[in-house]
Amino acid sequence: MTRFVVGRLLLFVGGLAVASVLIFVTLRLLPGDVAQAIAGTTGSPEQVAALRRQLGLDRAVVLQYLDWAGGLLRLDLGESLVTGTPVVDEVLDKLTVTLPLAGLSLVFGLLIGIPLGVTSALRRGRASGVALGTTAQVLAAVPVVWAGMLLIGVFAVTLRLLPTQGFPADGWSEPGRALRSLVLPALTIGIVEGAVLLRFTRSAALGALDQDYVRTAAANGMTRSRALVRHGLPNVMLSVVSILGLQVAGLIVSAVVIEQLFTLPGLGRMLVTDVGRRDLTKVQGELMTLTTLVLFIGLVIDVVHRRLDPRLREVDR
Amino acid sequence: MRRGSFARELLRRPQGAFGVGWLALVVVAAVVSRFWIPLDPFDTDPYSAWLTPSLAHPFGTDSVGRDIFSYVFAATGTTVVVAVASGVVATVVGVGLAALGSLTARWVRESVAVLIDVLVAFPTLLIAMALAAAFGGSLTVVVVAVGIGYGVTIARVSRSEIRQVARTDYVLAARADGLGTASVLRRHVLPNIAPVFVVQLSLSMATSVLAEAGLSFLGYGAPADTASWGRLLSDLQKFIGVHPGSVVWPGLAITLTVLALNLLGDAVRDASDPRLRTTRRPTTDTHRLPTTPGVVS
Repeated sequence: MTRFVVGRLLLFVGGLAVASVLIFVTLRLLPGDVAQAIAGTTGSPEQVAALRRQLGLDRAVVLQYLDWAGGLLRLDLGESLVTGTPVVDEVLDKLTVTLPLAGLSLVFGLLIGIPLGVTSALRRGRASGVALGTTAQVLAAVPVVWAGMLLIGVFAVTLRLLPTQGFPADGWSEPGRALRSLVLPALTIGIVEGAVLLRFTRSAALGALDQDYVRTAAANGMTRSRALVRHGLPNVMLSVVSILGLQVAGLIVSAVVIEQLFTLPGLGRMLVTDVGRRDLTKVQGELMTLTTLVLFIGLVIDVVHRRLDPRLREVDR
Repeated sequence: MRRGSFARELLRRPQGAFGVGWLALVVVAAVVSRFWIPLDPFDTDPYSAWLTPSLAHPFGTDSVGRDIFSYVFAATGTTVVVAVASGVVATVVGVGLAALGSLTARWVRESVAVLIDVLVAFPTLLIAMALAAAFGGSLTVVVVAVGIGYGVTIARVSRSEIRQVARTDYVLAARADGLGTASVLRRHVLPNIAPVFVVQLSLSMATSVLAEAGLSFLGYGAPADTASWGRLLSDLQKFIGVHPGSVVWPGLAITLTVLALNLLGDAVRDASDPRLRTTRRPTTDTHRLPTTPGVVS
């Protein structure tokens, strides 16, 4: 186990290093000059030169990278090129919206995907099972923005049950109101991600139903569904956990688009705005934060999966 | 396997028939739209804004009176070009990395393998946003992002597939028979990994259709003068409080196309697996792991 965790940690750190280089280099591919882009066409050559010095753009690219990467280690993401405020403060502030959104989406996704996946496996070959499987197949192909629009159309415009868009300006000071405005966006992501989870759960459960232990339990008088829940579920959950890392990464990406649709002041929406403004330091910091989240969740899930699977524990001994 | 029998196996399956059918329709629409579109999709007319569906406007009109059907029809071209280009770039990236990761000297092979493991975790949309920050949004950004993002996935899958096939007895026998590396690759390895490859190719195209929609919605995909389903969604979304019905059409087009590509992937995988061939009509209820990619937008 220790060896596995150390190896996985090294991969995580390596991933962060590769990510930081790739993000930095990609943003430096900018055609033309960052300083010129900020100063605009009206900036005099002196202003542009001053800006270049101020931003450290007159130094070698390697030194600029080392500066930035050194800052990352101290949790310092630099200052915004547009407003001059520290990037890390804003990122942390926006995470108070994005993380609860992602968490709630995951809860919805699991609540939809796992029970329905097991149900559709137990009803294999029957109309209801086929219908569930087909619905999931279709939902997994739905673009998440469109799902959000349809839900807004139904729940917010027609039924007037939930707020269409926005988030309380005073954040979480009224938790109930804040949570209410996260329900529809989280449900949107949860349905689309839940459909993918449903399909994985279903195929894992169908695999478990074919196993000898389910047959033996059924022969000893259990119903097939009880045998599956009692003996098969641990195996099913293991397969689900193993793909959860990818699912959570997908969920965070969906959040970027969904925050824009529901005008939620989260990290994704800020990223979209800053890409438009070409605020490179902020974009760099935001991409790095999102990547770190994705890689970190991948790490946690891999370790949990290893810990849960008794067969893999044997290997370690 | 004879070629004819593969096509028959593919079309015999409901998934394969739907996938091939819908995609053929999209491609035909894309070709026809180069020469003929019912009404000019960019022709605005304030007097016919928000018309409900009728014979003249099957999908109705939008806020500036554009015919939604013509727009959706014209946008098939964008979808096909983006999907095919993404598929090609992803293939080139994927095959290149897989070859580097399986056929080279040991230290190159293993460092490429680690690199693939690291890169595979990066979501395509984040790659696209980084590129958009540097170059501004465009369809090229979508193609390059999906090409890199999905290319790594293709590399990972085909690398393990190549290594598996390379260890089989028939490859060993062929080598013992004195066949060179190139011949072994052509005669034994490639035919065996081809189905896996086609599956990944269709999934990379599905990813690109979703990524184009997502990025165009965010304003970093198709430019204003290019008809695109994602752009139309984004245009119609502004009026969703008043006219929620019109967003159905572009969304439906995207969903059906992604679904067709996903199903085609499943069908190709099943049809190329002799163990799954039966004389009876195949059911939709096979219980193999779905091939749907995890990280899409």
